[in-house]
Amino acid sequence: MTDPPAPADGQRDPAGGPRGPALDGSGRTLLRTEGLTKHFKIGGALSRRTLHAVDDVSIEIGQRQIVALAGESGSGKSTLARLLARLYKPTSGEIYYQGRPLSAARSRADLLGYRSDVPMVFQDPFASINPVFRVSHGVMRSLKLHRPELSSQQRSGEAERVFEAVGLTPAAEVLQRFPHELSGGQRQRVGFAQALAMRPKLILADEPVSMLDVSIRIGLLNLMTQLRDEQGVSILYITHDIASARYVADRLIVMYAGRVAEQGPSEEVLANPKHPYTQLLLSAVPDPRAPLAIGAETDRGEPPKVIDPTPGCRFRWRCPLAIDECHQVTPELSELAPDHDAACHVARSGADVRAFG
Amino acid sequence: MSSAPGDGILGPAVPGETAGAVLQVRDLTVEYAMERGTVLAVDQVSFHLDAGEFIGIVGESGCGKSTLLFAIAQLLAPPAAITGGSVTFKGRNMVGLTDRQLTTIRWKDLSVVMQSAMNALNPVKSIGAQFSDAMRAHGVTTKAEIADRSAEVLRMVGIDPVHLESYPHQLSGGMRQRSMIAMAMLFTPELVIMDEPTSALDVVAQRSLMVQIKELQEELGFAVVFVTHDMSLVSHFSDRLMVMYAGQVAELGATRRVFDSPLHPYSIGLLDAFPSIRGPRVPLTGIPGSPPDLARIPVGCRFAPRCPKVMARCTEEGPELYHVDGTLVRCFLHAENGAGHD
Repeated sequence: MTDPPAPADGQRDPAGGPRGPALDGSGRTLLRTEGLTKHFKIGGALSRRTLHAVDDVSIEIGQRQIVALAGESGSGKSTLARLLARLYKPTSGEIYYQGRPLSAARSRADLLGYRSDVPMVFQDPFASINPVFRVSHGVMRSLKLHRPELSSQQRSGEAERVFEAVGLTPAAEVLQRFPHELSGGQRQRVGFAQALAMRPKLILADEPVSMLDVSIRIGLLNLMTQLRDEQGVSILYITHDIASARYVADRLIVMYAGRVAEQGPSEEVLANPKHPYTQLLLSAVPDPRAPLAIGAETDRGEPPKVIDPTPGCRFRWRCPLAIDECHQVTPELSELAPDHDAACHVARSGADVRAFG
Repeated sequence: MSSAPGDGILGPAVPGETAGAVLQVRDLTVEYAMERGTVLAVDQVSFHLDAGEFIGIVGESGCGKSTLLFAIAQLLAPPAAITGGSVTFKGRNMVGLTDRQLTTIRWKDLSVVMQSAMNALNPVKSIGAQFSDAMRAHGVTTKAEIADRSAEVLRMVGIDPVHLESYPHQLSGGMRQRSMIAMAMLFTPELVIMDEPTSALDVVAQRSLMVQIKELQEELGFAVVFVTHDMSLVSHFSDRLMVMYAGQVAELGATRRVFDSPLHPYSIGLLDAFPSIRGPRVPLTGIPGSPPDLARIPVGCRFAPRCPKVMARCTEEGPELYHVDGTLVRCFLHAENGAGHD
């Protein structure tokens, strides 16, 4: 995983990015995608096989909203995040940020502005911070790059402000430490501080707590809700831990094999899961408070195959409820309860879906 | 619990053994000789494990759980060394045995499944070739026997034996983990030591692998030492649970009991660190602060600086392990029953 390419110092754009007023009249939706698709060609030069990492994804992220994107390995959730971070170019489809299509934004200033509005926090805090510099280095660098109007003294003040905002105190002292002097949880906070220094609108957090100890995960999750409430940022929280998604997220999007399986307000989706895959995910969560029970489930947890997929539901091979239609027609998302969509033929037919758990 | 362990290739268990206990760890102490001083990673840990029993060892990074596991398996390398205590496996103290002596035990009676076992497989050898290597090293040389047993163990973990021809990169993460577990089963060991074998998998694959391990264990009767930082993972699978903190046993008791009524404030904190998938959505705090530096262990209870129930006494003297209804807990709140050990 690499950081977005950053220009060398001195080539900075004096304009400082497009921070003009949002053209989006709605004032509610911050970012949305329409039919976003990413295919990768795989195999040798003569191979025509195509991996459908993300297929026809249309999602919305509102202002001051934490949206959890849940799914297992290979569901396309990280690819989607990288599309949103513009680390990948979509095969087709469009991303609208504040109502404007990103494909229309071509200038360096536009790109830089978008990247500072929508920064990414990575999974591995041991790999995403340069070990040879003090932790102040990364923050100061992004401040220099993305907020060139600040004087060097203002930059230091701003660095301290964002470190305090993420709970790294005393900020002045922590800034002078080297990454190896910090715990995993502290390093991940540095990741959030770096993102925060750009005065972001939306933080893309790719499994930000999965490498951390259980005892400190909660602290990071609380930090995310605090950033939403106090700094007004939206967060796309990518995770395979659906219990933590429930804990922090306003909305939940469940992906399976590159497509959205289900989406809606997180409490509603988890209380009334419509898609059999969401039910499977839920049933797999170990809940120490629940009584001992080993289900008769036989699901092996094998990742879905999305190489040259044929039409039909991608979950059909694992779904105990699959009917003929599931093998022929790819289910579209449809609203099965207020503001609650699922892509399942069986659920849409009105049947009470109870596949797992 | 499960049936008695199978006789395996080694023949019946050593006679004259105390009833049940396949593993007895007594006052095991491990130190790392570092430039900045001696780090006491494991401090007088004692526990026993009956045949066919599943013990979960939980704690956060740096609590010594992985070091303890390496010490039990006699896999420590400098600067780490066992500086005290014993590890009695099937009636024989393994501490101080030579590599040659250990070789006869490893794989056959005791096998180890490492964290991210998926990377522990040799990438340039097929799964079958790696199984064959392990079997040849332990004296099984006939091709038919190797092929039969390899196919059998792979089937046991739910993988089609055609994958004996596969190379690790051709398998998914879950299948690689299963292959590693199959390999550990080659000689039907009496003890399998696992270090976070599911931590690299996502939740569905994790659950499925845990169910598989439990089924195998009930079928074959081996005992399991299972180390993890994720307490909820073992909640439904282990018989007993050991919570470690700063190199020591903080609490040791029946798994269900520890989950239902944890005694040590650290266990309570760990349990409260899990957002629940059901029930009301309540704000959680986790455990603020971090564990002590094991090179500079503070006087008194090691959890005192993070403990919500700290008392004056806690910062002056270190608590022993106290007996509370069959559970051991290292906390002065439960000192009335007197010290004990497992």
